[in-house]
Amino acid sequence: MDEIIPDKKIDIRGLKCPYTFVRSKLTIESMNTGEVLEILLNYPEAAVSIPKSMQDHGQRVLSVNKINDTEWVIVIRKERD
Amino acid sequence: MEFTDDQVVRYSRHIILPEVGGKGQGKISAAKVFLIGAGGLGCPISYYLTAAGVGKIAIVDDDVVDLSNLQRQILHSTKTIGRPKVESAKAVLNDLNPDVEIVAIKDRLTPENILGFIKDYDIVIDGSDNFPTRYLVNDACVLAGKPLSSGAVLRFEGQVTTIVPGKGHCYRCLFEEMPPAGLVPSCQEGGVLGVLPGIIGTLQAMEVLKLILGKGDVLKNTLLIYDALRTTFRKVKVPKNPDCPVCGTHPTITALCSSYEANYCRA
Ligand SMILES: [Zn+2]
Repeated sequence: MDEIIPDKKIDIRGLKCPYTFVRSKLTIESMNTGEVLEILLNYPEAAVSIPKSMQDHGQRVLSVNKINDTEWVIVIRKERD
Repeated sequence: MEFTDDQVVRYSRHIILPEVGGKGQGKISAAKVFLIGAGGLGCPISYYLTAAGVGKIAIVDDDVVDLSNLQRQILHSTKTIGRPKVESAKAVLNDLNPDVEIVAIKDRLTPENILGFIKDYDIVIDGSDNFPTRYLVNDACVLAGKPLSSGAVLRFEGQVTTIVPGKGHCYRCLFEEMPPAGLVPSCQEGGVLGVLPGIIGTLQAMEVLKLILGKGDVLKNTLLIYDALRTTFRKVKVPKNPDCPVCGTHPTITALCSSYEANYCRA
């Protein structure tokens, strides 16, 4: 599988819901369709809710990985404005 | 637009909505609205639009706060009795949201000044309590091409409509001429249950936000009638009248003359 190079990365460790999603959404909005966003977070609920909300908003979730005991990396591709 | 950290938090429940997002909040923050009246309707309208972060809100009213207003005019208080309503309102709104520029205009709208007032604003909101003003505002908005949210309350009944010049009806398509003074309720008949203007005013604020966002269906070609005693909302179709004196094919009102004054009781 090809490595996906994100066009943008955000570190939202320390943020809780709903601000995890608010920040991710504002970032996605500022990007172009087709671009990829990588989100680093440590709020457990957001590791589930962000992928779900992004999908509901029409974006594509490429991966959700737990990288250690407390942190996740989510990769999203912007599909629509 | 770029939001500060505080703005991201303040408007987070807007930004989360797919229909709003950061882009929609940016539109709200850039919007300029002109509100007529800081009374029963104007208070909830400006309260919610300020909370929503509308960029600039002008409020025109020439009245001062009276004890009898406080049963429904929620921006004013026992402490501000005797002060101009626009000042009393501005103080509360500034405390609520410093992002919003509130322009307080202690003046009376006239056929001579209204077009100058509204020209720099995107949307006009009528929260006035009398027919001459309602017709004046309607005609001015049609002539200036400004979208208008119009609301009215009396006793237990409220009405809301949204006028988008060129795209729907106007107030004169609905009621061509002002009712003669005898048909207008006298002061004694003009009571209002205090929550009613809150309901109608918040409906108007919602219509304004939808106009700003360009989302949903506004009350174009429609009059919404709320009956508080029966708890019913009724939508009445209001077709554009091709013979309307102001928005029809051959309008007879092409400028604002000074025929709006009438000796109605201002309840
Ligand atoms: Zn008309």
